[in-house]
Amino acid sequence: MEVNSERLHEIINKYHGSASHLLAMFQDIQREYRYVPKEAIKFVAGELNMPLAKAYEVVTFYKALSLTPRGRHTVHVCMGTACHLRGGTNILDAFERELSVGVGETTENGLFTLETVNCLGACALAPLVRVEEKDFGKTTPGGVKKIINEFSGGEPS
Amino acid sequence: MITSQEQLQSVASEYKKKTAAFDAVIKICCGTGCVSSGALSVYEGLTAGLRGEGLADKVLVKKTGCHGLCERGPIVVFGQDEILYQSVGKRNIDADVASLIATVKEKKVAEQLLYKGEEKGKRYVSPYEIPFYSGQTRVVLSLNGALDPENIEEYIAEGGYGSLHKALHMSPTEIIDSIEKSGLRGRGGGGFLTGYKWRSCRQAQGNPKYVLANGDEGDPGAFMDRSLMEGNPHAILEGMAIGAFAIGSGQGYIYVRDEYPLAVHRLSLAIEKAREYGFLGKNIMGTGFDYDIDIFRGGGAFVCGESTALISSIEGKAGEPRSKYTHTVDKGLWDKPTNLNNVETWANVPHIIDKGWEWFQSTGSPRSKGTKVFSLVGKVKNTGLIEVPMGITLKEIIYDLGGGIQGDKKFKAVQTGGPSGGCIPEVYLDMPVDFDSLTKLGSMMGSGGMIVMDERSCMVDVARYFLNFLVQESCGKCTPCREGVRRMHEIVDRICRGDGCRGDVEHLEELGKAIQLSSLCGLGQSAPNPVLSTIRFFKEEYIAHIEEKRCPAGICKDLIKMQILPDLCTGCMRCAGECPVGCIEGEKKGVHVIDQSRCTKCGACYDACRFGAVKIE
Repeated sequence: MEVNSERLHEIINKYHGSASHLLAMFQDIQREYRYVPKEAIKFVAGELNMPLAKAYEVVTFYKALSLTPRGRHTVHVCMGTACHLRGGTNILDAFERELSVGVGETTENGLFTLETVNCLGACALAPLVRVEEKDFGKTTPGGVKKIINEFSGGEPS
Repeated sequence: MITSQEQLQSVASEYKKKTAAFDAVIKICCGTGCVSSGALSVYEGLTAGLRGEGLADKVLVKKTGCHGLCERGPIVVFGQDEILYQSVGKRNIDADVASLIATVKEKKVAEQLLYKGEEKGKRYVSPYEIPFYSGQTRVVLSLNGALDPENIEEYIAEGGYGSLHKALHMSPTEIIDSIEKSGLRGRGGGGFLTGYKWRSCRQAQGNPKYVLANGDEGDPGAFMDRSLMEGNPHAILEGMAIGAFAIGSGQGYIYVRDEYPLAVHRLSLAIEKAREYGFLGKNIMGTGFDYDIDIFRGGGAFVCGESTALISSIEGKAGEPRSKYTHTVDKGLWDKPTNLNNVETWANVPHIIDKGWEWFQSTGSPRSKGTKVFSLVGKVKNTGLIEVPMGITLKEIIYDLGGGIQGDKKFKAVQTGGPSGGCIPEVYLDMPVDFDSLTKLGSMMGSGGMIVMDERSCMVDVARYFLNFLVQESCGKCTPCREGVRRMHEIVDRICRGDGCRGDVEHLEELGKAIQLSSLCGLGQSAPNPVLSTIRFFKEEYIAHIEEKRCPAGICKDLIKMQILPDLCTGCMRCAGECPVGCIEGEKKGVHVIDQSRCTKCGACYDACRFGAVKIE
């Protein structure tokens, strides 16, 4: 994977090249590429003059960062306590079944990445599903297909 | 730049004059809950409707932070809380928007949008009459749901930044004295005396000093910090600036969870505006005091809510905790004296400075002063956000404010304190809620999540849920937490699958105690709490799983079977329509049958059936 070093410079400079903003830099990089390419990690570590292992440690520690490419849409199934009590696991099962992927995986057509999240803070609407910026409250296993269709845009899911 | 009380007042009165020119004010709750229920479409529909009526300049429509009653969202409130409409736009958005406009134009109250209580036929007009609101004492939340969080003038109009001005003309020790005398304890869950912490940090050797806010609300089921950051960000900034002045700090950070993008957005706007008005930055309010705040976004790691892990994270490292042989007030961020408080703690500070420590001290229980914000969720009727005086009983919270259990089912337990807390059974419902009494029950206040469970909640499954959560979130630095919690999860998971054996419960208790004693940080030390408390109060459920291979609540999938009772089935086909795998067969008006080989035991048919014909065995 080739990375745009100019763009990476911009991101590093935005944080004045300070290593304490490593996480923020990688979050910006992830927004750019929808994951953190290992070339980008090497580049950042080189620019900040830090051991590559230190940079990898940060990337692998935080859940918000991904080392593998992600799909166009990320489905977040909330696994908060309220969602769990109101059947969140059944919703997750339904997504796994309908998309034929496990948690953390991306569908073959690159359209969806399935993720769980440990509470989105809208517990009154449990069980909750978030796709991109859109929340679906009080979801049912039967309603999962509809959510997938909404984001499939006519392409087979 | 604003430098005096008079200037603050003139901004306030000018803003009030501006808003008084409107014929009506409509506040639309745009907290996360209401937005998920469609509040933004209501906002758009209403503003377009008002433009069509030529009323756009006459009516002020505000997007506010969370109003609290998330279950009935979207919430729309008129004027000074004169009328509250609930579930607006849920069924028919055009008709509801028309009703909103009619309320403005003809002062006609739309009956169908009013809050309906338990008593038949009774409709509540003002939120003050609804038990959910009337039972609360709102201090920290007083302006949540009332002001537009993106408009600093609104906050100033409500007296905002007056406390900062007052504090800047007190001596630092005077400020610390009043915080200490008020009895304010840390709202993040630890319950440490705030004033004492501030004093230690002020007295600590080393420069610079840092004042941090912990907005990394990771407890599943808790969303009070999020609502505060989204609904009233200036209160947090004001509190932090006062604390920084008292401690002698020039730089602070707010650490916000990655999952809360709206909070980051609102806080960034608030910081920018506060700098513009001279409440942050150089020479604050002309007093020569310099203090600035930056936002630090987390990376989705629960352990970063722990103070030392949070500090490691800000330093640009992996968020691993360290042992606390030196306190963070002496050596924290970059080894400098650091004072970390939760956002709710900070939001209390301006109120204490404004109204005095005596006022704060007068509410609450003997050793826990003031009010606490709780998120009341789970199987309770009125889910949402509440603020109550410490010392109120669990029963009052769940039944008076929460309206009781959904579907009038039987109460089983309430879980407090998130993964660090425990489950409290019915016999303790009359317990007062404060830091010490919850700890005595093997639970804890935590950040304030309160999750109500009913007869359809399996306590062993709940224990497994929290263990699974903690296995994923353990940073892995210390062995007792990394290996021990994983082992506990294996055992509980086996019990849920029907493979439990005698001695498992005792083994869990022993392991739990060992982990509590030997873990490095708060995550590990409290990780066994959900298991130990469920064993303590619900041992019979563990025994039923282990010895009878039975899940009394009908949740553990390996131990249950769904069946349709032919006598009760009317052939309405509702269950077949809801079944996500299509394993229910049968003719219309004929008896339906579940194909057991394909059934995923999700319970959708159970929830769908109106005749009680689906049985879980």
